[in-house]
Amino acid sequence: MTPFDYTRAEGSAAAVKQVSGSAKATFLGGGTCLIDLMKLHVENHDLLVDITPLPLDRIEATAGGGVRIGANVRNSELAHDATIYKNYPALSEALLSGASPQLRNMATVGGNLMQRTRCPYFRNGFSPCNKREPKSGCAAKDGYNRSHAVLGVSEHCIATHPSDMCVALIAFDAVVKTHGPKGERAIPITDFHLVPGDTPDRETVLEHGELITAVELPAAPWAMRSHYLKVRDRASYEFALASAAVALEVVDGVIKTARVALGGVATKPWRAADAEKSLVGQKPGAPAFAATAEMATKGVAPRQFNGFKVALVRRVIVRALETVAAMK
Amino acid sequence: MPEPRSPLGQPLDRADGVAKVTGRAKYAAEFAPPDLAHAVVVTSTITRGRVTACDTAAAEKSPGVLAVITPRTVPAMKAVPADLLPKGRPPIELRPPLADEKVSHFGQAVAVVVADTFERATAAAARVRVTYQADEPALTLEEAEPTAFEAETFVGREDLKHRRGDVARALAGAAVKLEAVYRTPVEHHNPIEPAATIAEWDGDSLTLHDSSRWVHATRRVAAGVFGLSPEKVRVICPFIGGAFGSKGFTWQQNLLAAAAARHVKRPVKLVLTRQQMFTLAGRRPETKQAVALAATKDGGLTAVRHATMSETSPLADFVEPCGTLSKHLYSCPNVEVTHRVVRLNRSSPVFMRGPGETPGSFALESALDELAVAAGIDPLVLRLKNHADRDEEKDRPWSSKHLKECYRRGDERFGWAKRDPKPRSMRDGNLLVGWGMATAAYPGIRMEARAKVRVTADGRAVAASAAHEIGNGAYTVLAQIAAAALGLPVDRVRFELGDSDLPFAPATGASQTTAAVGSAVTAAAVEAMAKLVKLATTDKASPLFGIAVDQLAAREGKLVSRADGAKADAFSDILRRAKLKGVEADATAAPGEEKEKFSFLSTGAQFVEVKIDPDLPRVRVTRVVGVYDPGAVLNPKTARSQMLGGILMGLGAALLEETVYDGRGLVVNPDLADYRLPVHADTSDIDVSFVNEPDRHFNPVGARGLGELGISGIGAAVANAVFHATGKRIRDLPITPEKLL
Amino acid sequence: MSPDQDIDSAADRREFMEGVAVGGIGVAFAAALPITATADEPVPPARGPGQPVPVKLNVNGTDHDLKLEPRVTLLDALREGLHLTGSKKGCDHGQCGACTVLVDGRRVNSCLTLAVATVGRKVQTVEGLADGDVLHPLQLAFIKHDAFQCGYCTPGQLCSAAGLLKEGRAKSDDEIREEMSGNICRCGAYPNILVAVREVRQGALKEKP
Repeated sequence: MTPFDYTRAEGSAAAVKQVSGSAKATFLGGGTCLIDLMKLHVENHDLLVDITPLPLDRIEATAGGGVRIGANVRNSELAHDATIYKNYPALSEALLSGASPQLRNMATVGGNLMQRTRCPYFRNGFSPCNKREPKSGCAAKDGYNRSHAVLGVSEHCIATHPSDMCVALIAFDAVVKTHGPKGERAIPITDFHLVPGDTPDRETVLEHGELITAVELPAAPWAMRSHYLKVRDRASYEFALASAAVALEVVDGVIKTARVALGGVATKPWRAADAEKSLVGQKPGAPAFAATAEMATKGVAPRQFNGFKVALVRRVIVRALETVAAMK
Repeated sequence: MPEPRSPLGQPLDRADGVAKVTGRAKYAAEFAPPDLAHAVVVTSTITRGRVTACDTAAAEKSPGVLAVITPRTVPAMKAVPADLLPKGRPPIELRPPLADEKVSHFGQAVAVVVADTFERATAAAARVRVTYQADEPALTLEEAEPTAFEAETFVGREDLKHRRGDVARALAGAAVKLEAVYRTPVEHHNPIEPAATIAEWDGDSLTLHDSSRWVHATRRVAAGVFGLSPEKVRVICPFIGGAFGSKGFTWQQNLLAAAAARHVKRPVKLVLTRQQMFTLAGRRPETKQAVALAATKDGGLTAVRHATMSETSPLADFVEPCGTLSKHLYSCPNVEVTHRVVRLNRSSPVFMRGPGETPGSFALESALDELAVAAGIDPLVLRLKNHADRDEEKDRPWSSKHLKECYRRGDERFGWAKRDPKPRSMRDGNLLVGWGMATAAYPGIRMEARAKVRVTADGRAVAASAAHEIGNGAYTVLAQIAAAALGLPVDRVRFELGDSDLPFAPATGASQTTAAVGSAVTAAAVEAMAKLVKLATTDKASPLFGIAVDQLAAREGKLVSRADGAKADAFSDILRRAKLKGVEADATAAPGEEKEKFSFLSTGAQFVEVKIDPDLPRVRVTRVVGVYDPGAVLNPKTARSQMLGGILMGLGAALLEETVYDGRGLVVNPDLADYRLPVHADTSDIDVSFVNEPDRHFNPVGARGLGELGISGIGAAVANAVFHATGKRIRDLPITPEKLL
Repeated sequence: MSPDQDIDSAADRREFMEGVAVGGIGVAFAAALPITATADEPVPPARGPGQPVPVKLNVNGTDHDLKLEPRVTLLDALREGLHLTGSKKGCDHGQCGACTVLVDGRRVNSCLTLAVATVGRKVQTVEGLADGDVLHPLQLAFIKHDAFQCGYCTPGQLCSAAGLLKEGRAKSDDEIREEMSGNICRCGAYPNILVAVREVRQGALKEKP
């Protein structure tokens, strides 16, 4: 790591001021992604402002019947929170399918929203990579791209968004609360992450120095019937080859609400909105689910080594929907 | 008086158990000489070419930097001695590190930064700017095939070319025939302890704390490279955090650490990063194996052809000896085994657990399964039918072989009889169930070793040899062997190892430590006992005075008359009366004429159950049954652990592990997130058992060794089970989900 | 004394249920730290970032006053600064678990934790698992069931298992396997680790009133 100073935040406003005041400062949460990338010299900062002392570590009910999750809540705590477990089970499952118990004890909700890609060409520090070094090219497109995205790609970047948690959050219409140099704002999570386009280095809409303070989940009774399904090579401790967070609300044998969000296959946490719409009004079952899976993968752009993800993610969607449909 | 139980065969806890669970066991990087500096290697980002410029100015100006060492400033190093093995050149790089500015693979060492702290050395290393002229690299087996050359032997030990009978004719007239090509990828050992060295000079004496599983060779290498007499070099390694074939002879980190320490005139620690473990610490080469089998209608093998292509680096000559088992594992009149090698611009390969046997048994045992399917014969029956009752390659008997018993017990323990041979016929709910089996085999190997034994006046003993504790249980089992030979309780015997000042031991590899070093320990103990016997029987004060040697036995720390158990003399009393602090003996043990009379082969039977979700086809191994014949099992507890280790590494190779080189020759998964080792959740029920018949022709304790037997055959057993579950034959490892979609 | 007896007697100790007792067995090595800025080092750039700062680490119940660059990880501070080399470096990127320690009783990867960020917290390493010469039940069970071979991942496995028991969620064999999956063992001791953890967990349960 290049040398940096370390300070503990004394209040959100002070932290925002400290980081926004220096181009080479950033927030330190659990550190599981940031310290990793700093060790690889992919990220270099002069100042880390440790925000974990800030009182952003509560999970509380909102007036609207939803849940407000502090940005510093650790992944393990959130996963095992009784309300989340009961009312938003796919979020709990997504969190528990990510990383390892140790890493989940460290990683925070805010940090997980800011998680960066596992693309080996991004991480190796020297290959052409438009995300790491704008305008340098993309080694992954014609390189080894088994882990890469098939959705949301551009000619400049095909790096997969690695988060499991965000896939569940996007299925539940989460809202990201921030405190920035220009004040506070609430960002719907669908707008929070950016597809690479021609600026793959810009991954979220956050401004420099804008601090995530919380994530709000709106009330969603149907979310109790949700499920996160993740396929990977190992049985644990591995990023997804393909995953899906799905939810179904079935009234009188007909689907009233549907959610289909995908992980491991896209450049950002992927909400398959058209596919969801196609389910509404249908009877839950194999024909509808297969058509939805087909629709969710419309416009895929596979490369040499990741073509299998298209078929795989379709099957993941179908299986996840079948599982939810069978829930009591 | 009942004979006390021999320590041999007892499932004793590890002698180093407390040290390992308390964190007190010290590995190479954990010594702390005063004024220790830290070195970090800078590696190449191209695959082939040369360094045209190395700008070290920014790094040199970094805080705490003591030196930036490049080929232009590195202290003089000679070539690695070429005579480290009894026969043939060692299969490693003889070019010392930083010898020139040529780049022959991605991740090659091009500079070393030394600083006062690890953090500062690491940060400065990132500031070294290297400019290259890149040349066209050789990247794939197919591309390089026209330049392939034939390999004659494996480290001078094993013939790689074998022909008997007429394979072509047998194939032409075969009732049942199978021809297929099997592929295995590059794999990395990935011990959890990275390769590490602390080098310290005192004048022209050099001490290396090095993660070496052959301290005597590392000493000779360092002496040769730095122009010292071997006595000036000491290599110390009390514990190794896993090796699996890596960490032998020399690897660049120990020479670079020594060079850096000489350069900055301070002790230097150099630990490879995990990423560097993928390019500077050896690997298993990629293989492509063409297998042809012919059989009679009832499954009698009439031809075996096994033609292997593997790859090595521009800097070392290593061949993966895949065909060695095919020469003699089954009875067959017509056999043809060949090995070809190409050079690719990849880092140097080396031994990895079951070199040859692991990828080779995947090909041979998969092919046998395919033949069984083609002939409509049960795979286990096919193997029994073709059992080799003698070594048909060398035309001599086996020293001891109980493979049929392994098959029989495995059959029973696994419940093989309940197998419906039809693919996709067995289910567990929605899951496809597959049962597969394969034969495991690994040769019995022992090389010359030396040991010393000292019995002390306090009634204890210390035995020692420059062997290594890599997780094999050497501290434990070698103490058991010494205790048995001395007639002492095992808790009164301590074993010392891991120091080049101790008597010579061979590399801890080829599954031979127990057999080779154990034999030397036995011989030294026998000599030490002879001295004690002589003291007792010539001492009028001894109750044993005048008793003939062959009338004495040693037990529980005493010499005892066989005729009259009441006549006994404690070792401590004998020594006290003789006014001696102890008696000591050393001895060398080497294979003798038995080597020409018999062939030595450890064998086993591997049975695997897989369950596969047909829609989301990740293969889960739900059950493994392994029954093995490694000769005598001296410590069933540590022996079982070694088999578990072999099996699990085999499961990793079957389903997960693969080092990927991209179209530019870069390793794209050089870490433990993307190079997938099995985790806890990948494991399930594993049932290990042994036939436990001593091989008295092999060595005094009758143990052939078992470090590599467990991995042999696992890849094929899994692939065969996957075929049984899905009807899909996967001939290239690992069996990842996309291959079954 | 057989390992079995050890386990039974040690499991009787109530403090085991609290996670791990902290004793005074940590040794202070505050002097002559290789990672501190010392007088004879070349003068660093006058006001660059990352100058060493005082760091008070509480490890295994003992306070240590260090002077560390903020970029020094907890793992390197333990190994290089305090010579507590029980915590192992296997990958340095949170991908193997060999560096696992307990911070305020929770298992974390010390390779991704900055030492300076643990000021005011209690760090427990494998060196602090035993109570003096009395081994922790997990340590005894690991020896009894041969739950290691080379021993290098073992301290991380033990600290992770201690964290798992404290969390109290993993009950079935599959749950223990899943919850121990952050610790890679290349020697393949997983089946024996499972038996050891299961046995200690069951022993601890028996102790509950």
